[in-house]
Parts: sequence; C-alpha cells; structure tokens
Amino acid sequence: MIYFELYWEFFKIGLFAIGGGLATLPFLYTLAETHGQWITSSDIADMIAISESTPGPIGINMATFAGYQAAGPLGGLIATLGEITPSLIIIIFIARFLGQFDKNQYVKDGLYGLRSAVVGLISYAGLKLFGSTLLLNGSIRIKETLLFLVLLFLVLRLKKIHPLYWILLGAALGIVLHLPS
Amino acid sequence: MKRRDASIWQLYLTFLKIGGLTFGGGYAMLPMLQREVIDIHHWVTEEEVLDIYAIGQCSPGIIAVNTATMIGYRKRGIPGAIAATLGEVTPSLVLITLLATILLQIQDNIWVQRAFGGIRVAVCALITQSVITLSKKSLIDIPTVLLYIATVAATLVFSLSPLIVVPFAILYGLAVQRIKRRKA
Repeated sequence: MIYFELYWEFFKIGLFAIGGGLATLPFLYTLAETHGQWITSSDIADMIAISESTPGPIGINMATFAGYQAAGPLGGLIATLGEITPSLIIIIFIARFLGQFDKNQYVKDGLYGLRSAVVGLISYAGLKLFGSTLLLNGSIRIKETLLFLVLLFLVLRLKKIHPLYWILLGAALGIVLHLPS
Repeated sequence: MKRRDASIWQLYLTFLKIGGLTFGGGYAMLPMLQREVIDIHHWVTEEEVLDIYAIGQCSPGIIAVNTATMIGYRKRGIPGAIAATLGEVTPSLVLITLLATILLQIQDNIWVQRAFGGIRVAVCALITQSVITLSKKSLIDIPTVLLYIATVAATLVFSLSPLIVVPFAILYGLAVQRIKRRKA
C-alpha cells in the first residue's frame, strides 16, 4: 500500500539526513530515481522554491510537498510523520540516556567526517538541479545559464537578503524573459 | 532564574507559533526559539537552549524538529515531546498542502510556467550559496576535502546511495581522528 511505502521511505530520510533540511535533498533525488511515479527530478526544484518561501522547516515542507505529489493530502501527512518518527525516537533516547551527547568525543569525530560528506551530498543534489534547469538534452540553455551567473553574483554579494526575495525576483524575471527557454 | 512548568497544550501552541513564524527552519529558528522558550515562558535557561540546539544539529533528522522534541521531552516527558513536535510541523502541513493544491490547479498556465522557469534558476543560485557557506565550515583540512570529492564522485558518477555514504562518512571521521591523535 502506498501509505506504508511513503511512511517507510520518509522514515529512512528522517533517519539518515543529518544536518538540516537541505541534507534531505540527495535522498529526494534518490527517491525520484526509485519512485519516479511519486516525484520527478524537475518537481524537486519547485519543491525547494516553495519550501524556502513558506514558513516552517525546509525539510518538513519538502516532505509534505513530496508526499502530497505522491498521494494527495493524506500522503503529505504520512510522509511528514514518517520523517519525524526517527527524530522522536532518537531524541527521546538521547534525552533519557545520553545527557551531553554533543560533547562526546566519538560523536565529534563522527561528525567531523559526516559534515564534509553532507556538503558533498548537497553538492550532488545541486548538480542534479543544474542538470534539470540549466541543461536541455545535454546542451546548455543560454538564457538560464546567463541569468544563473548574474543571480549567483548578486546572491553572494548581498548575503543579508532573504531567499524569499530572490525567489520572487526569479519569478518576475522568468515572466519577463519568457523562461524556460 | 526559576523555570516554569509547561502544559501539553502550551507546548503544542508555542511550537506551532515557532514553526509558523520561522522561514527556513533549522538555522533561522534560534532567535525565535530563544524568545519563546526563555524570555516569554521561562521553560529552559539560555545555556540549555544552546545545548539542546547543538544536540539537535548533530542528531539524525530535521534540526527544528529535534529541538522541539527535546524541549517537549524535558518539560513533559514523551507526551510533551510529541506535542511540541506536532506543533512544529502543523504550519508546514497546512500551508504546503494548500499551496500544493493550488499549484497543481494552475501549473499548466503559461505565466506560472514562466515564473517557475525563473524561480528554478534562482534556486540554483541559492543552493550554490548554501554549498559555499557550508564548505567554509565543513571542509577544514585535507581529509575532509578528499571525502567531499569522493562523495560527489561516488554519488554523481557511480550513483552510490546517500544511505551508504552517511554511515561510511561517520566511520571515516572516527578513523581519521584516531590516526591524527596517534600521530600527535
């Protein structure tokens, strides 16, 4: 049944995504490969945009959205519950038995490795995103790529501006420039 | 400072407010969290919040959810943990379900398609920015840079599952730090 499967897939994401909402992205791309009927790679770009410009944790927003895409409103609920279940179990366990968990030497050593791999996994998700947005059948989409370079320059320059405004600017420019080309 | 008690209902409502007023979850939630659970409700102390937040960052799952679960548990045990966590995710569930419903209705409209054509490009720029920011904090020496390159190559070229990368990276971190200490 789809709801059990959704719950299980998002349970795994909740268990393995460590280090914030964006860390769930590589798992969503894997999900797009194994469960293409639920979400596609090009859905993910829209999901990120909606999730970044809506209140609430990005990881939860994306889980709700992906679950909704797969199986409607109940699917959104089930996916979200699946994603938070490991947190509930693990955090309650830590709170009960491992007080100063974050100061443990083994935890610190493990995280030292994990952090760089997580950046690697997010980079992988970013490159997938470039592939679906800036390329078309292997060739570069000129308009999108030029716009990307301009926006990236501005985003890196004006760090204080909230992502929501960049997304709104992107929407306006998309309409003006008649994207996707 | 004297810590006050919390009811299950208060925990749910407070985290509902935090979830509904924080854009971006994890890293953006800290100021809002401090205001609600320290300044307004006096549930935990400043140091406790920072500890709880640090634990939330290094545990599996969404940071905002981990933090809510931990504070809920400290105040009211398992029912408190569940109440705080459900409060934290309620705004997402409601808003995203509404938005997704609207979006599916209008996604074939040409204006919407053009807008999303531009939005996707903006998202590419934002993700690149996030990767650069995270790299500065996480790629701190040769072993971490090597692991980073290996991760990108393994996932992109060889389609290795992130489910395998995560446990491997933890073991790698343990091994590298152990070797470093032995040399020192």
